[in-house]
Amino acid sequence: MEKFTTVKSVAAPLLENAIDTDVIFPARFLLLLDREGLGRYAFSERRNGPEPFVLDTPPYDTAKILVTGENFGTGSSREQAVWTIADLGIRCVIARSFGEIFFANCFKNGVLPVRLGGDDMAAVERAAEAAEEITIDLEAQSIRLSSGREIRFDIEPNLKRLLLLGLDEVGMILAEDGDAIKAFEARRKADQPWMSIGIEKLHALAEEQDKNG
Amino acid sequence: MVAQTLYDKIWDSHVVADRGNGEHLIYVDRHLVQEVSSPQAFAALDQDGRKVRCPEAHIAVADHAVPTLRGDRPFAEGLAFSQVERLKENAAKHGIAYMPMDGERHGIVHVIGPELGFTLPGVVLVCGDSHTCTHGAFGCIAFGIGASECTSIFATQTLRQRKQKTMRVNLEGGLPDGVTVKDVILALIAEIGTGGGVGYALEYAGSTVRELSMAARMTLCNMSIEAGSRVGVVAPDEKTFAYLEGRPLAPSGDAWKQAMAAWSDLHSDADAVFDREVTFNTADLAPQVSWGTTPEHTCAVTGQVPDPEREADQNSKSRLRKSLAYMGLEPGTAIRDIPVDRVFVGSCTNGRLEDLRAAAQVLSGRKVADSVKAIAVPGSAAVKIAAEREGLHEIFLSAGFEWRDAGCSMCVAMNDDRLAEGERCASTSNRNFEGRQGKGGRTHLMSPPMAAAAAVTGKITDVRELL
Repeated sequence: MEKFTTVKSVAAPLLENAIDTDVIFPARFLLLLDREGLGRYAFSERRNGPEPFVLDTPPYDTAKILVTGENFGTGSSREQAVWTIADLGIRCVIARSFGEIFFANCFKNGVLPVRLGGDDMAAVERAAEAAEEITIDLEAQSIRLSSGREIRFDIEPNLKRLLLLGLDEVGMILAEDGDAIKAFEARRKADQPWMSIGIEKLHALAEEQDKNG
Repeated sequence: MVAQTLYDKIWDSHVVADRGNGEHLIYVDRHLVQEVSSPQAFAALDQDGRKVRCPEAHIAVADHAVPTLRGDRPFAEGLAFSQVERLKENAAKHGIAYMPMDGERHGIVHVIGPELGFTLPGVVLVCGDSHTCTHGAFGCIAFGIGASECTSIFATQTLRQRKQKTMRVNLEGGLPDGVTVKDVILALIAEIGTGGGVGYALEYAGSTVRELSMAARMTLCNMSIEAGSRVGVVAPDEKTFAYLEGRPLAPSGDAWKQAMAAWSDLHSDADAVFDREVTFNTADLAPQVSWGTTPEHTCAVTGQVPDPEREADQNSKSRLRKSLAYMGLEPGTAIRDIPVDRVFVGSCTNGRLEDLRAAAQVLSGRKVADSVKAIAVPGSAAVKIAAEREGLHEIFLSAGFEWRDAGCSMCVAMNDDRLAEGERCASTSNRNFEGRQGKGGRTHLMSPPMAAAAAVTGKITDVRELL
């Protein structure tokens, strides 16, 4: 995963609330099997609509930062919603709030979601609309505006580390907690044997219907 | 011992490691795998040369992309076919049981999980689908995850997560005639908003909930995500256990007794403290209908389309104007005067036997309006078989509905079932987002009896007038 340290760019203002996952990545494109090159489908209806779309309008067509409203990414669990904006070059989304699954998916893909409110958010929105360059510094947890104003943002320390180092989370889990997982499974088997279905039973069920079908 | 909520109890029993800063590594007992969110997850697994750690923890089934008109029709090419085939191949390669599309165990993941007894109280269950919260009806922690998290489940059987805050939603007063749990959850979302549950695990409690069937509890938990919450739970009770006993994958014999003993503690302690509590009286509720492009845009069927000019701030005004423009609705229009072109009864929200029964009850002896095209799509093959056993298909067919095979169908429009541009649909599904049921399609969410009533009259109708 690409490391996230600092990002300097104009920020594209998409100042609406509740931009949902179906707007970000319409379901019909979910049939595609790969995750590469999905940027072309981002916000498809908006980009092909009657009004010019902000991410196609210079200077925002090269923006690495997106500024939006409340509950961005609400709706479905589709990780394509992150892949598609990441493919457009967006590395950071600043919003008043996020859909939870979208928020979690960002961290798996080197995209930093930042929650801001009040006057700080208003200042970022103004900077975005004025097409001013802003700098996101993850290590310092700050957003620097061209006016010199510095805005701090919160991020969970573990997620910060994940982004800063561009870590492979699965590899990290196996390395750091492989033994703990084994111990948990042994305990579960002893204490809750009913939890286990048995793979033979599952396959038998699947095959049983093969005959019927 | 400190009093705990149900969510806390299940969570704590699944903590594998404390990663510090509030992050836990939690164990996942069950994973439902579908064709849309899994190809990239399997690809990442293969790319890193990793194996599926515990094949018995997964069931694979294709639901989103499958055609619902099957029979003799060929399904042998195209993107949807490739996606279904890919799932089958990936399952075979990794030793995961795959429930084929033409078998009797096939259906929407959130319908077959409970049907098979794969879903159990006290477990942690995940799926790469946001409506995984449905399974919380059985008193388990069930939530939707992204494809990267699916990879983590395949390889490690765990996820790094932060515990959520808890919100108890007390539903009291029972349900009046003509009003279903779908109306309850829609009204709740209208009240607390689609962001209202963000950060919280919801527990549904109260007299209304205790009276609900398991199917109704699933409908309730299903739309937790539309209230912003990934998790919704109902404490298991006799209804839960009666539903599960004897299911093919549920524990049996001594294992059932052990499980029942373990499940006896699955309730929030009497003095457990929730981070937030809301109480909602359902006794006087009217049938609900969504009129906009987010589920919180919902009101009673007796209401009217709101006026954007009455909104307090500019942002809400423009959002509302945009929604109404998309929906092709004028402010002040009576909800009951809105004509519909299509009707969809089905989905993981309302595709179970009792949903079909409720719709059929309204349709019995009536005909679908000439201007309306209506489809009924059972949530699973088992639901379809059971419905046909009691003759429900004949009621749908003679009313003029199409009677389809199981799948997500017109809820997600990734298959052949979708609205044309500008078409308006009375739908029992869960999302009325722009384009959700097809590009330019207009969705009005409602209960199965309300959708049936709209089919009959050709416009949104208060089903209480037809009962």
